[in-house]
Amino acid sequence: MEYILLIISAILVNNVVLAQFLGVCPFLGVSNKVSTAIGMSGAVTFVMVLATMATYLIYTYILLPLGIGFMQTITFILVIAALVQMVEIILKKISQGLYQALGIFLPLITTNCAVLGVAILVIQKEYNLITGVIYGGATALGFGLALIILAGIREQLELADIPKGMQGVPISLITAGILALAFMGFAGLV
Amino acid sequence: MNQMKNFSKGFLKENPILVLVLGTCPTLATTSSALNGLGMGLATTFVLIGSNVFIALLKNVIPDKVRIPAFIIVIATFVTIVDLVMQAYVPSLYATLGIFIPLIVVNCIVLGRAEAFASKNSTWSSFVDGAGMGLGFTLALGVLGAVREILGSGSIMGYKFIEGDGILVFVLAPGAFIALGYMIAVTYRINKT
Amino acid sequence: MAKMQSSLRNMALSLTLISLGASAALGYVYEFTKGPIEISLLNKKLEAIRQVVPEFDNDPNADMFLLPTGEGDSLEVYPARKGEELVGYAIKSYTEKGFSGHIGLMVGFTPDGSIYNINVLEHRETPGLGTKLVPEGTPEKPEFKDQFRGKNPAEFPLKVKKDGGPVDAITAATISSRAFCDGVQRAYNTFEKGGLK
Repeated sequence: MEYILLIISAILVNNVVLAQFLGVCPFLGVSNKVSTAIGMSGAVTFVMVLATMATYLIYTYILLPLGIGFMQTITFILVIAALVQMVEIILKKISQGLYQALGIFLPLITTNCAVLGVAILVIQKEYNLITGVIYGGATALGFGLALIILAGIREQLELADIPKGMQGVPISLITAGILALAFMGFAGLV
Repeated sequence: MNQMKNFSKGFLKENPILVLVLGTCPTLATTSSALNGLGMGLATTFVLIGSNVFIALLKNVIPDKVRIPAFIIVIATFVTIVDLVMQAYVPSLYATLGIFIPLIVVNCIVLGRAEAFASKNSTWSSFVDGAGMGLGFTLALGVLGAVREILGSGSIMGYKFIEGDGILVFVLAPGAFIALGYMIAVTYRINKT
Repeated sequence: MAKMQSSLRNMALSLTLISLGASAALGYVYEFTKGPIEISLLNKKLEAIRQVVPEFDNDPNADMFLLPTGEGDSLEVYPARKGEELVGYAIKSYTEKGFSGHIGLMVGFTPDGSIYNINVLEHRETPGLGTKLVPEGTPEKPEFKDQFRGKNPAEFPLKVKKDGGPVDAITAATISSRAFCDGVQRAYNTFEKGGLK
């Protein structure tokens, strides 16, 4: 039950993009087509779960015992960068299909602040490993949900008559704002 | 290169937020008031200048293939320094900005300037570039913060000028997206003319 | 100076040196800021305690002890003394029932169990609605939390009017008000069970 609440909260109530402002760059960058949005969401989910697990283990079993918790930021970002590289190499070797679907998005994920953000939040909120991983996965799903919805809207917007200055980023941001407004309706659900 | 031009390009022509649309996460998250926006902007400026200068100094001893990890280490070091110093001397601001201080490390502007500018230019130019870009970022954050504070809570820099509440939605998440959207549209208009 | 070649030896060497330099710099800054960070955290806590109990002259932080809530966890209790006399307890309580989850409270009691004052330590409630938990009013213009001052939860049930209690909820923020009561109740239960009365 506790896990279900955590999942609902991470996907709908405290949506990572629309309520916590993490991962806004890729949210704006790869949301012009639904198909790319789905690919990106898949890649993010994959990396976020792995990254949460890896950073949690490193923090608890290496940084804490050594008393160098302040090295958190530097360690986490290197771990995530290395992890992304590794995932890319492994995917290429074992599954061409998956590599083709997710491959081009992987390099972009290192600088997706949602991944580092979730890793830090899990430590800050003192979750245990299982809760942390579930939280990471649910956050990634929330990211995917927001991204795919925005991509769907933007595909329709292509056909709309938008004033010149508002085209591109401005109208996407305003759409995202209205989306965030809608998501506020979920507040108080948990 | 003309240093003045190098410095001022970050303000309008190549403003990191309003034109290049980089680093949107902290922009949206920390601008619920003008003061928070300025604090975040200055923290980022410090990291930008520090990492730009160090990367320009070290550019010849970093082999090309490992430059990205090397840049990340330099940037993360400066971010951690800011993190610790703010925690020690401005704890209340640190509490408001929270997780977005360590997240400066993944702010695309910082790595972007390291890769696009500091790794190719002299130390002094890189310093000027970092300062210009950082202050341009701070300016955009301050203005966005001020707009949201005026509309959302009817105050500016903490001084209330109307009784009661403002248009609350501007303090909340949706207002952040919408206000930034309009700001980018206005900048586009100014730059075009 | 010529650009370094990307040979394995050079790559490993430069990365190692940069990491070493970075760790040394961080270690130094960490040592340097460790003291001030502790002091600022302590001051923040003392300030919160000072607002919720009558004037004291001991160091509540040094006298802090833990009391179980009966729900499997414990709360921090900070006794406040003036001279030899006990003037109150500040109890650091919390609730998870806020509109956006966690709310941290510092609840001050006088030794007879009446609430002296309450301070909201942390929250993520909706600006303009749930945030009205925070401000402290004046006698002419009381705010939400002022209605708790001087009340003893033994005869003042911590329930909003909607739930049949005496507490005036904040308009349009019943959930936040209810959560606030929950947090105060937790502090009071702990206070009572701990035999502090």
